[in-house]
Amino acid sequence: MKAAPFDYLRPGSVGEACEALAADMEARVLAGGQTLVPMLAMRLSRPSRLVDITRLEELSRIDRVEDGVAIGAAVRQCIALRSDIIASDVPLLAAALPHVGHPPTRARGTVGGSIAHGDPSAEIALAATILDARIMFLADGEEEEFSPEEFFIGPTVTMAPLGGLLTRVVFPSRPSGRVGAAFHEIASRRSDYAFASTGAQVVLDGDGTCTDALLGVGSVGDTPVALDVSALAGTRLGEEDIRGAVEAALEDLDCVDDLHATATYRRRAAAQLAAQSLRNARDRAVEETA
Amino acid sequence: MKTELTINGRSRAIDVEPRMTLLDALRDAAGLKGTHAGCEHGVCGACTVIVDGDAVRSCLMFAVQCDGMEITTIEGVAADPGELDVVQDSFCETHGLQCGYCTPGMVLAAKALLAVEKDPSDEQIRDAISGNICRCTGYGQIVEAIRLAAKRLRESNTAAMEAGE
Repeated sequence: MKAAPFDYLRPGSVGEACEALAADMEARVLAGGQTLVPMLAMRLSRPSRLVDITRLEELSRIDRVEDGVAIGAAVRQCIALRSDIIASDVPLLAAALPHVGHPPTRARGTVGGSIAHGDPSAEIALAATILDARIMFLADGEEEEFSPEEFFIGPTVTMAPLGGLLTRVVFPSRPSGRVGAAFHEIASRRSDYAFASTGAQVVLDGDGTCTDALLGVGSVGDTPVALDVSALAGTRLGEEDIRGAVEAALEDLDCVDDLHATATYRRRAAAQLAAQSLRNARDRAVEETA
Repeated sequence: MKTELTINGRSRAIDVEPRMTLLDALRDAAGLKGTHAGCEHGVCGACTVIVDGDAVRSCLMFAVQCDGMEITTIEGVAADPGELDVVQDSFCETHGLQCGYCTPGMVLAAKALLAVEKDPSDEQIRDAISGNICRCTGYGQIVEAIRLAAKRLRESNTAAMEAGE
């Protein structure tokens, strides 16, 4: 369980980090390292050089921007979890973050690293998919933008440009109105990889009618997916409405079998968790004063 | 690579390969064997230490990443040699350990929690140690130990003085 030798570089700027990555295709970005370091220890990955971006101030900020909240690539999950900006502006991400790993991994793991790794059971990747966040890279001196739908193409396989650096992820701010968000998952033990995970966000108008609803499912297939529950708009999110919408939304969902859970189990669990997420999101929206 | 670590309040300059984990640097370069090597790939939590105030897995950080950071290991939790910290004492009293292999990691995870949460719920305690595996106790006594330590810290003179009572 010891990594193979590598060079270590702690660049002083984003520009320097990009140059180092572009100069050597075997170099890898080191952010939180909570997935990369185990892969190095098991020698599943043998990069020539690690470019440690964790001390770059310009990547360590959580900023309100015109169309949302920009989270820098070096922002640690524990910082995001304590962020007032995320709690107020991106409630779905705030609901997902407590499910990410456990305190010691959240203390080092980053929001950007979770996206860049592209694990289908990653909670942050699912929140980004549901909200249609923008994933920003710098490659060859050019900024490249990806939607989660185009970025996640398979289990830990992404469209990340070769030699590029993920710089930030921009989550859209909550819509106006009474907004509620919830996140649920099931795993064999706390903090382990989920068998199924779901997140939901709903918007209610003044008298409690749903004007918009978002739902997504992760951990069941190759990538996190956003599901269409637009039929919930106009309803009061009653039990029948939710059950009907979840059933329709999950109809074509691809689920995988593996050692830990069957595809049919994942589908059943996803349906229950999706309904639970929608109910909780509704209840939280109701609590918000109009 | 030259790296400077402040371990338990004492600054040490070490020269390590970039691939040396913080865990190995603590055990082999600094000679502090209290941080236990378990799985060495981030699953078991036995190697948990406190880095700049947060509980982290020392097998998932390279020593060079910790340049200039403050690290607390199990050797640094008690006030003086031969003494035990309140959390360690509570583990003894509630039988919160049997073989003891997970204990240093458990104690540091607990200390990181108690530094920010004076009166944690059992839910918060379980969350704080959710990354640490114990194969002896069944966790019940560990939760009890942390609950007891929290109570003692709240009732201690220091806590009362800090609160201005």
